[in-house]
Amino acid sequence: MSTSNITFRKTGSSIKVTPVDEVSLEARAASLATRSIKTDSKRAALHLAIRCMDLTTLEGADTPEKVASLCQKAKRPDPSNHDVPSVAAVCIYPEMVHHAVEATEGSSVKVASVAGAFPSGLSTIEARTADIADAVKRGADEIDIVLNRSAFLAGDEQRAFEEIVASKDACGKAHLKVILEVGELGSYDKIRQASMLAMTAGADFIKTSTGKISQASSLPRVLCMAEAVRDFAQQTDISVGIKAAGGIRTAKQAWHYLVVIGETLGTEWLSPEMFRIGASSLLNDVLLQLKRLDSGSYSGPDYVTVD
Amino acid sequence: MVNSNSKGGSSLEDFGIEYASAIESTSLVNIKDKYGLFIDGNFVDSSSGKSFKTLDPSTEKPLSVVAEASSDDVDRAVRAAGVAYEKYWKKMPGADRARYLFRIARHLQERAREFAVLETLDGGKPIKESRDVDLPLAAAHFFYHAGWADKLEYAFPQRQLEPHGVVGQIIPWNFPLLMAAWKLAPALACGNTVVLKPAETTPLTALLLAEIIRDVDLPPGVVNIVTGAGETGSAIVEHPEVNKLAFTGSTEVGKLIQRSAIRRNLPLTLELGGKAPHVIFEDAALDQAIEGVINGIFFNQGHVCCAGSRLLVQESIADNFIDRLQKRIELLRVGNPLDKNTDIGAINSQAQLERIDQLVKAGIEEGAEVFKPSCSLPENGYWYPPTVLTGVQQSHRVAREEIFGPVLVVQTFRTPEEALEKANNTPYGLSAGIWTEKGSLIHWMAERLRAGVIWANTFNKFDPTSPFGGYKESGFGREGGMHGLAAYLKNSGGRS
Repeated sequence: MSTSNITFRKTGSSIKVTPVDEVSLEARAASLATRSIKTDSKRAALHLAIRCMDLTTLEGADTPEKVASLCQKAKRPDPSNHDVPSVAAVCIYPEMVHHAVEATEGSSVKVASVAGAFPSGLSTIEARTADIADAVKRGADEIDIVLNRSAFLAGDEQRAFEEIVASKDACGKAHLKVILEVGELGSYDKIRQASMLAMTAGADFIKTSTGKISQASSLPRVLCMAEAVRDFAQQTDISVGIKAAGGIRTAKQAWHYLVVIGETLGTEWLSPEMFRIGASSLLNDVLLQLKRLDSGSYSGPDYVTVD
Repeated sequence: MVNSNSKGGSSLEDFGIEYASAIESTSLVNIKDKYGLFIDGNFVDSSSGKSFKTLDPSTEKPLSVVAEASSDDVDRAVRAAGVAYEKYWKKMPGADRARYLFRIARHLQERAREFAVLETLDGGKPIKESRDVDLPLAAAHFFYHAGWADKLEYAFPQRQLEPHGVVGQIIPWNFPLLMAAWKLAPALACGNTVVLKPAETTPLTALLLAEIIRDVDLPPGVVNIVTGAGETGSAIVEHPEVNKLAFTGSTEVGKLIQRSAIRRNLPLTLELGGKAPHVIFEDAALDQAIEGVINGIFFNQGHVCCAGSRLLVQESIADNFIDRLQKRIELLRVGNPLDKNTDIGAINSQAQLERIDQLVKAGIEEGAEVFKPSCSLPENGYWYPPTVLTGVQQSHRVAREEIFGPVLVVQTFRTPEEALEKANNTPYGLSAGIWTEKGSLIHWMAERLRAGVIWANTFNKFDPTSPFGGYKESGFGREGGMHGLAAYLKNSGGRS
């Protein structure tokens, strides 16, 4: 059975959540993925995809050099073509934030840091807010935290909610993205509930995935979140952003996401302020497609930089 | 034409991103200058020399000229079918009949793109529908019934089964090839021979199917296809050597056929009009229900007998639901049916366009409020924008008469009892849709709705294994599944 409300025990207040029908949702996402795009519009779409991209490295083996190199690529994705815009942000661990701040100084590229016991979120809320505050102090513009799935799925929505509120406080001026880790939520109904919960708790963005589990972003999952964002905007007049992350590797996939966002939420959401794609390997495919538009032929992976 | 559903009213186009007009190539299709009748395995001219034009409703350009079968031609076709029945088909083991049906199915799959393009050209439906719905389903019907041909005794055990002999079949213009498949496949699987008449505005895919029938070496006369309008149809209906009739089309014509069939005690299957209720309860998955409503009424321009043309939405969510629905309708792409991005194609004929227009005007006169999106329509051809009529009362003509176009009428209800009462208060009873997350309510409604097909949390889903047919003025007899087989066999115990 689907729950159509999340009720908070302590306050007795509740958030209304519309149920989701899996079969029809997936059918709609599949039909949006069949839209084709005019050749002379492709450059605009590819540039938009780049402008909305969060270039990401979240490895235990990350080094200051690797982060510096990522930032360089973020600022100037194609060294041979200055028409190609910068990406929206780089997404890294807190330890790397000050390196990234240094490397992106003077550019439009934002520094996003995961924080709050990423990717599980299973530390005390005190430890997590301290982690967030530390990343912000180091200069992060945006903070990506995870939803406490353990509490949320166990029915303790109150706790999941309050932790996001506390995290938002710890962010200060930094933007808060809440990762729902949709691959662990088990149903579209839960994705929609989690979306509403995170938005109500103060998230500036809701984000699909950590990229640390195999089940990540998908078109129907993002469609499901986009419908929640639209509901929330309708009910509160607050526009929350969406970030799709994990498993988005090709320019064509990126285009499908732009169609889903554009047709569900409108073009207001087609900007780096409201939509992000988190990816590590997508950028090079987009660059290859752009080169093809210029030259008329495909080059190859050696014609774009690895990082 | 693509408008955003956000506050700003901007579109992807405003953003410098346009959907491609991805036009399906027509190079695969070779339309002849003229077409003959398919009688006794050959294409022949009509005895009267009369013919009629068929055109592309999206441009009004003529596509070809098609022979008009006179009553003499129909007589030739019926006799050919009678001979073929005695000489080949009656004696042939079911397993051999199956081989022919499997072959037709495979040929349809192989030439699917060609058929899809021709269907779209002749009928005006979007290529994405002819490609993704009509063709796969048509092939599936032949495959499914091929499987039954040698197993009929297991479908109806302990019965002395026998085919009817010569079957007369008359089909409509909304799913020209698919309806031919629905009719031919079970008739042939059960051992009958056929005289089939496609609709006069959409004869071309049935005639292309005749080529396949010839190519697979089906014995001559087993399937005969005669083209023409009402007179040709009535020659089939009145022919004394036709042993069974099947008709899909308007209730008005269905009643005439029924009169004739009753006089001669002829077995008859009728699949007629509809005015299906599509009921949305307040706890439904609303975003998906919107998609269901869109599909229910705008699929094939609403030229669907089971279209969900009466939206019944629960009072508590009505304003919000209609608001969302209208925003979603703004996103529909109306235009060139051959464009793969097109959602709504052309109205099938001038006559149908006039009927839609006239009924909508009547609705407005009776007090309905009309909503049409801001999309522009092509200059030539027959077009009608997706339309929603709100403020409609049960007594309004638009709530009672079948419009058979992209026009949705909206009513509200407060309790499930009221929804049920309004839903059933129609002379029709072909289909119905229910949207709620509450399983028990689905069952409660489904038990009480008087409709042959009831969809829950989906709409317009078809499958050859599932019987399809109506209550009341929507007809009788079933097509598809074991129930559909029963219609083409004597002594099956089912309605034939």
